[in-house]
Amino acid sequence: MALDQSFVGRTYPPTPAYEVGREKIREFAEAVGDTHPAYVDAEAARALGHADVIAPPTFVFSITYRAAGEVVRDPQLGLDYSRVVHGDQKFSYVRPVRAGDRLTVTSTIEAVKSLAGNDIVDIRGDVHDETGELVVTALTKLVARAAEEA
Amino acid sequence: MTAKISYGSVEVGTELPARSFPVTRATLVQYAGASGDFNPIHWNEKFALEVGLPDVIAHGMFTMAEAIRVVTDWAGDPGAVVDYGVRFTKPVVVPNDDKGALIEVSGKVAAKLDDNLVRVDLVAVCDGKKVLGMSRAVVRLA
Repeated sequence: MALDQSFVGRTYPPTPAYEVGREKIREFAEAVGDTHPAYVDAEAARALGHADVIAPPTFVFSITYRAAGEVVRDPQLGLDYSRVVHGDQKFSYVRPVRAGDRLTVTSTIEAVKSLAGNDIVDIRGDVHDETGELVVTALTKLVARAAEEA
Repeated sequence: MTAKISYGSVEVGTELPARSFPVTRATLVQYAGASGDFNPIHWNEKFALEVGLPDVIAHGMFTMAEAIRVVTDWAGDPGAVVDYGVRFTKPVVVPNDDKGALIEVSGKVAAKLDDNLVRVDLVAVCDGKKVLGMSRAVVRLA
């Protein structure tokens, strides 16, 4: 089913704030096996010029993907969420995410297209901190694979 | 931001130390919990087969998290990464044994930009196949 082109440019309301916890950062770093001290040791992070422990670069995806999920499950968009795979992922950082941040995500549909039966949606997630400053922008390309011929 | 590598010490073609990252079913369960991505294709073999996959596959975001470690360990400060993007081209298939799969990542400096920034192009291979495409990071050096 072709997706509704009128969704291009649509922006969704900001998500409730997500508070970044130092133990959540530690848990994520351990899960990816990354022992960099800046993720767990505030002194080590400060020695690198950060205000507190920082999160690994891809940590923020957990937050932006949850926000994007609400967009792609919008029934009016018509995307078959059960067939969605992750195509591309990009991040542009103003600064690293750090413990204590209270982050909100504002999702915007950047592009909607159909190629060879696949529905493709590009979603931008702008992540702001509690002061309103932009921290990171996530660009997520989701592909709903064409259904097999019956 | 305090990278330990100086901009002046690298040139286009400079290779970063390559790394190998093992991934087992246990790794995927741990990553699912830490990331909140509980899609069953990453832990339930029956479900993965039913949706046409060869076996359980790793989270694409897990592979993305591993690949950037080549850059962050080299630069010294993970906060020095300014841009990072990948395309998920092939799945990392993780068999249900004690060996799992191995993601091998290499990188080299592809361009020197303004403001002490360099672009690093990464190659991630598993079982002889490239699992990431267009895998690029921009990092600010000292």
